[in-house]
Amino acid sequence: MRADGEQRSGRGSANSRVRGALLAVLALGAALGGCTPIEPWVKPYEREHLADPIMSLGRNSIAATYRDHVFETREGSHGATGAVGGGCGCN
Amino acid sequence: MQLAVRPGVRARPRTRVRARRIRLLPPFARTLLALAVLAAPALGGVLPEDEADLMYHSYQGGDITVQGPSVLIRKKIGDSLSLTYNYYEDLISSASIDVKLSASPYHEIRKQNSVGADYLHGKTTYSVGYIYSKEPDYIASTTYYSLSQDMFGDLTTISLGYRRGWDQVYRDLCAAPHPTNSECPDIINDPTFHERADHWGYSFGLTQILTRNLLATLNYEIDTDQGYLANPYRQIRYQSGGGAGFTLAPQIYPDTRTSNAASVLLKYYLPWRATLTGSYRFYHDTWNVTGSTVEADYTLPVWKSWIFDGSLRYYTQTHASFFSDLFPYANYSNFMARDRELAAFDSVTVGVGATYQFEVPQVPWIHKSTANIRYDRLMINYKDYRDALLAAQYGAGNEPLYKLDANVLEVFLSIWY
Amino acid sequence: MKNRLAAIIAAAALALPALAADPTGSPAPAFTLGSSAGSNVSLAQYKGQVVMLNFWASWCGPCRQEMPLLESIYKKYNRMGFTLIGVNVEPDSNAANQWLKQTPVSFPILYDKDSKVSKMYDVAGMPSTVIIDRTGKVRVLHRGYKPGDENEYLDSIRTLVRE
Repeated sequence: MRADGEQRSGRGSANSRVRGALLAVLALGAALGGCTPIEPWVKPYEREHLADPIMSLGRNSIAATYRDHVFETREGSHGATGAVGGGCGCN
Repeated sequence: MQLAVRPGVRARPRTRVRARRIRLLPPFARTLLALAVLAAPALGGVLPEDEADLMYHSYQGGDITVQGPSVLIRKKIGDSLSLTYNYYEDLISSASIDVKLSASPYHEIRKQNSVGADYLHGKTTYSVGYIYSKEPDYIASTTYYSLSQDMFGDLTTISLGYRRGWDQVYRDLCAAPHPTNSECPDIINDPTFHERADHWGYSFGLTQILTRNLLATLNYEIDTDQGYLANPYRQIRYQSGGGAGFTLAPQIYPDTRTSNAASVLLKYYLPWRATLTGSYRFYHDTWNVTGSTVEADYTLPVWKSWIFDGSLRYYTQTHASFFSDLFPYANYSNFMARDRELAAFDSVTVGVGATYQFEVPQVPWIHKSTANIRYDRLMINYKDYRDALLAAQYGAGNEPLYKLDANVLEVFLSIWY
Repeated sequence: MKNRLAAIIAAAALALPALAADPTGSPAPAFTLGSSAGSNVSLAQYKGQVVMLNFWASWCGPCRQEMPLLESIYKKYNRMGFTLIGVNVEPDSNAANQWLKQTPVSFPILYDKDSKVSKMYDVAGMPSTVIIDRTGKVRVLHRGYKPGDENEYLDSIRTLVRE
């Protein structure tokens, strides 16, 4: 029953593929952030509900992340739980 | 790395480790906890607010209790820089099913210090941080770097992160004889045991405002672990004649694992001022563990100063390819594990929380403060992990499937200044 | 291969210019809105004065932070032919009025409940500040508020008031 023991070179090539992909996303993001051909369909003055603290993704984060940690300790999965963004978009 | 050997005690060479203690946190989970605490809700093009939190956390289930404080302080320096510091402690008291099977009960403290900085330039926030976690038999260091950027009129936030972890793994011995079901009076590090583990993680996140009332997030993460990924105290069992019908033997783990996780979340603002959140996460790794998580949360502000939360979470997992509750014979395969975290199971978690916002007029520099409590009941039903303590009664391999019910509690105070 | 593609995209990103419309120098769109005092107020009433329009909302942190500073600017320059108008962009004014009770200001507050004026002035951030000169032309467009921005406002106002 061979599991993962033989993939010694796997990490190296997986990492460089991921690095390349993330670099591409970053550059694309920089490009698109600079020129804004897409008009925001939710105007800044329409963001009242999004600015409400109950819509915040990071509300009570110190407790939420401890709770995530408990799950990751007791279960076999981890990752993809973070999120940033939303809010009033001020400034 | 120095191995701690108490002066005056000759570490006797032993073929069997007497004090078996469970390292409760799989290697990667330690770094993830710290990252989660520190990687604050930075809103892409806005620095996080100045804040201080004082939390008591507690996990109690399956005869393990882990509790302790967590203190967080966040402060802006000028307009562009925000610094964070966190101190976190786990006081572990354990007599779990694993401990009862092959070890002695124990107490242990894990201490963790983390520092982080967020730097804002235009619409981009750059973050770096360092976490150091220490307990008697495990030292973990992690550094992380991330950036997040607002774009498309601030409707979109993209974030990228990288983290690197280095772990030093030790194993504790009992240097004095003691009765089986009592705690060891003199614990030292085994001088013959010193391993390391390395971790790399890459993450991508996208938050998108869809309408005035709806936002969505996508997250993807790929992690690689290499080195000693096992637990020096836990064991596997295989069928054998006589006695309980099984014999214990050391577990053997692969020395590498790559995992992928992807999640999607939707948050909707309801017309009567409440929010409904739905999320799904898919996980798969090269040990063949597949996990799916579905969660729904409801948040409702009530009266003037209260906010109530309720949540329901369902999780299902398939076992690792080298997991078995009872192997047919010794040396059955190259890799063998009986850790229940790698078993097949379903879990349901029901949670409630309350927040009370109040003023502190005597202290004018505090402009907002909240008192909070959050309780979750975690219920796990294992599908292929059995209660081996009952082997004599039912026969090895026919014991009832194990069930775990745990209480998770957070009580905390937050102030914004 | 992936890394080469990333490099090409990065190079293209640096080459792309930022596209942004520049409204300064064009006449300020006319409007009439209801005010907190009860009566309707139109921009035309202030022709000949330097007018600073501040688009704000009670749910916007930087907007609230800015208000006391705007109040002191208004008090200082009001006698020199300058006026400040706070345009509240909320469809429901209750929250704004509640906040104004606790943090009153003496300059006029107008209610843009259906976002008509916000659209006319192409408000692209909260808060947004528009400074209009004595001839009715838009001269300064400032998006957002960070502590220290009030100094920029003061510089512009001093210059325009002397015209």
